[in-house]
Amino acid sequence: NFSTTAPLFELRLLSRVNVVDNSKIGRTAAATGRPVKIIHVYNKTGVAKLGDKVLVAIEREKRKGYIVGCKQKQNPMVPKFDANNIVLIDDGGLPLGTRIKVPVPSALRKRATPEFLKVLSLAPRFI
Amino acid sequence: YRQVYPEYLPRPDWSSRDKLLEKMARRDMNNRRAVMNIPEFYVGSILAVTIGDEFAPMKVNRFVGICIERGGHMLYHWFILRNVVDGSGVEMKYELYNPLIQKIEVLKLEKRLDDNLTYLRDCPAEYSTFPFNLDAVPLPKGMTVPVNPLKVKLNPPPWLERWERMELKGVENNTRKLTKKQQIRAELSKKPWEKHDLMLQYRGSINEVEKDQIMREIYHENLRKEKKKKVKKFES
Repeated sequence: NFSTTAPLFELRLLSRVNVVDNSKIGRTAAATGRPVKIIHVYNKTGVAKLGDKVLVAIEREKRKGYIVGCKQKQNPMVPKFDANNIVLIDDGGLPLGTRIKVPVPSALRKRATPEFLKVLSLAPRFI
Repeated sequence: YRQVYPEYLPRPDWSSRDKLLEKMARRDMNNRRAVMNIPEFYVGSILAVTIGDEFAPMKVNRFVGICIERGGHMLYHWFILRNVVDGSGVEMKYELYNPLIQKIEVLKLEKRLDDNLTYLRDCPAEYSTFPFNLDAVPLPKGMTVPVNPLKVKLNPPPWLERWERMELKGVENNTRKLTKKQQIRAELSKKPWEKHDLMLQYRGSINEVEKDQIMREIYHENLRKEKKKKVKKFES
């Protein structure tokens, strides 16, 4: 006997994530079908939310990324996506891809860190 | 009137209800409606909502989507719009009386066979895509709201919820191959007596007399607004 919670769609350790930019490593992961999993969340709690930085295991490598779309229930006026989207960055903070395919929440523009702004500049449209 | 203004009915909480608070909330709702037009819409209608966004270049942000769910009472009434944008499904929850909302336009006023279209999350993307530049299709005055008899096909399971257990009229072939254990559990979980339970319905709704009173208040409020408009026109 064990207790379960309602489905929360939280992003934690070993949760699968969808790479959304046009980086080479992201495209090979999508082509081969190997799941991209979170191995560390740069957060006080182990739960990654919209705009959090995560370390991800992709194609037998470790890459960092920012969460750009969440399946989790959000506050009003914040979009909830059908997939957990992530944009990859390298250790220096520069995004690995040059374009993002999907819309990005407009509420993320509140985070003014220069590293995150570089990622947001690739967004085609803000929802 | 009860269908057009469903949020005016308070929460049927039989243990604690503050009638004064409800009256004040209704007054606030009327004040908001005097400033911004909140149109009549139903689950299944296509809406366009513009909100004030400090980070957007034009300071406003517009989202178009089909209303899949409505909930909440009085000032906290919310609705969820769903659309598939650039290949990814997006859902936005809006509070109807939020002052940040600049405009709510109804692009297509219609109803569906269900009160709740959350099963669209488990359907192919075509059923939830609506272009952002959709033109408004106004209904001729006096026409009853049309019911779209569309029957949607679900994706192959696994699903986000147990759609096979719910009586969804808007879903084609709501059957799914279940194991024997699942079939037995499904049969046990059915509650066919609930639709005959009058007390349950009574406890979950507001008194008919009160509903009448509230709707009359709205009717008189609308009359007052029309009179004001006529006076303004006459003066100008």
